[in-house]
Amino acid sequence: MRIFKTVIGAALSFATLFASTLSYGFDAPAAAPAAAVPAAAPPLNWHAIIMFLIFVSITLVITYWAATHTKTASDFYAAGRGVTGLQNGMAIAGDYMSAASFLGIAALVYFNGFYGLIFSVGWLVGWPIILFLVAERLRNLGKYTYADVVSFRLQQGPIRIMAAISSLIVVIWYLIGQAVGAGQLLHTLVPQMSYRLSIVIVGVLIVLYVTLGGMKATTWVQIIKAGLLLGGASCMAFGVMLHEGFSFAKLFSDAVALHPKGIKIMQSVVPIGAKANPIESISLGLTLMFGTAGLPHILMRFFTTTDSKAARKSVLYGTCFIGYFYILTFIIGFGAIILVANNPTYVVDITKSVLDLKGGGSMPAIYLSHAIGGNFFLGFIAAVAFATILAVVSGLTLAGASALSHDIYASVIMKGKADEKKEVWVSKMSVIGLGILAVLLGIAFEKQNVAYIVALTFSIAACTNFPILVLSVFWKGLTTRGAVMGGYTGIFGSIGLLIIGPTVWTKVLSMGPAIFPYDFPTFVVLPVVLIVAYVASVTDGSESAKKERAAFEAQMIRAETGLGAEAAAEH
Amino acid sequence: MSLLIASNIQKNPKYLELVHRRNTLGWTLSAIVCVMYFGFTLMIAYAPDILTNPIAPGSVIPMGMLLGLGVILASCATTGIYVYMANKTFDPIIAEIVREASK
Repeated sequence: MRIFKTVIGAALSFATLFASTLSYGFDAPAAAPAAAVPAAAPPLNWHAIIMFLIFVSITLVITYWAATHTKTASDFYAAGRGVTGLQNGMAIAGDYMSAASFLGIAALVYFNGFYGLIFSVGWLVGWPIILFLVAERLRNLGKYTYADVVSFRLQQGPIRIMAAISSLIVVIWYLIGQAVGAGQLLHTLVPQMSYRLSIVIVGVLIVLYVTLGGMKATTWVQIIKAGLLLGGASCMAFGVMLHEGFSFAKLFSDAVALHPKGIKIMQSVVPIGAKANPIESISLGLTLMFGTAGLPHILMRFFTTTDSKAARKSVLYGTCFIGYFYILTFIIGFGAIILVANNPTYVVDITKSVLDLKGGGSMPAIYLSHAIGGNFFLGFIAAVAFATILAVVSGLTLAGASALSHDIYASVIMKGKADEKKEVWVSKMSVIGLGILAVLLGIAFEKQNVAYIVALTFSIAACTNFPILVLSVFWKGLTTRGAVMGGYTGIFGSIGLLIIGPTVWTKVLSMGPAIFPYDFPTFVVLPVVLIVAYVASVTDGSESAKKERAAFEAQMIRAETGLGAEAAAEH
Repeated sequence: MSLLIASNIQKNPKYLELVHRRNTLGWTLSAIVCVMYFGFTLMIAYAPDILTNPIAPGSVIPMGMLLGLGVILASCATTGIYVYMANKTFDPIIAEIVREASK
């Protein structure tokens, strides 16, 4: 426990630094009243800070508990496989309900109305597919990462390298998006705290959670945050409906009356002002649906459950929580049109636009909490949003570290003969490395346009992880050559087409009209990946390919019955 | 798992029944969700009028809002059906197969 004390000591000194920075920030304007403080300098948001500190204290206590109960690799990566269906349902919902989806969908609805629902629907329909096709089989076949499942009967080295590359690309880009979001959010809510300091705080906290408490701490942080987020969003939606006399007809007609675009917010299936593009809509649909089913930090959660039955139940709970949450964000977005737009307290310059908010485009939900419950509720929702980022970043970091330590170090470098303690040590070092990387990239990307991140991460997940996983579980004919060639086609195909697509080529790189005219390349890449994997497999006449096909029956027996699956820890 | 146990299970009619029933249920429900969702997506792409027309004359609520909400609720319902069926029919079969295999 000595390490723990050292780290807690470091955390305490860090907390002191954090507090002194805050008090400095608080005193500074008072000490220098003559300074050119903007007329509307917001006061320090004490409610948010106190609630955030309470959340951090609770999570650190949980981390301490988890650290004392984390002894084996199975404890560290998979919470000792002791997570129940309901707990895992909360945790996967927590992983999925990021601050980006909470603030982002509410903002989409706020600006575009009905269109926001299209995203919610797409983000939800991946879940039933996860349940019907992969959840139980993942739990029965895998140990710590989804690459365990794909490489179950295929060659360890090439498969794991490919899977680790795609996992790391997804995880690192997802991390950048979360870090930039965290920095902007915290800086907007507590302007006295700089963007960089905000990101450093996130980095330090998640490294603490994950290195000390592993998957146990990460899971419980996720469960608590999911509860807070669902509770907070329920209160907001309740507040909106109370204001509207619990009438949806009144909610929507008031929103139409108050929105500058009027009835258009109910009649546009693309962002308002954009040209309808059928192919793009279909490709977006494919990306959202199958991307969900390929996110490494989500797939990893199925290895934490006690058995495949708990894995199965957890998807039902998770899907219901997420579906409920999306319905709430939809109400929240419309509530913001009514209570936040047109309000000079929140709008930058009401004479120019009644929609543009102080602090940027992701603020409608945050300001709605203020409009409903004043500073106290604003503080609560802000702290919840921040807790959300912390929890999601923790899960991502652990997924990335597992790819490095379990797939690359233990399986490729040590060829499966790694000492368990050493493997966990490598994993903890990877967590620290990824934490530092996330902080540096978050700072580097502060002023960058990060709009392509969702497209990038979901496209790679939808075009690589998902198809290769499903083929390996269901198709006897898949060989190492097919999986590897298909996998790299997915990775490089989606990255390549994204680079020459409108968002990166035109908006980020300013290279003129895009060579590939669609934002989401999945409709092209996914079929190509399936064809490449098929052709490369059936033309593979090697001896190893024959063995791989022959090993399918045994894999299927384990996948279907759970015979030989990793058992839950005894303690 | 030894080869003997594996070949015994493979011949066990209960195992074949389990695989058949689970695959049928899993792929049927997947197809239902895909048809529903891609039906919604194709309407967005090629027949947006269906989605943007109001549900009743004078109402501002578009048809697409009900359909979208319907897809969300149906996603929850189909996962519920799968879990119910799996708990009720698959788990007992799995337990028998495992018991017979470990004899």
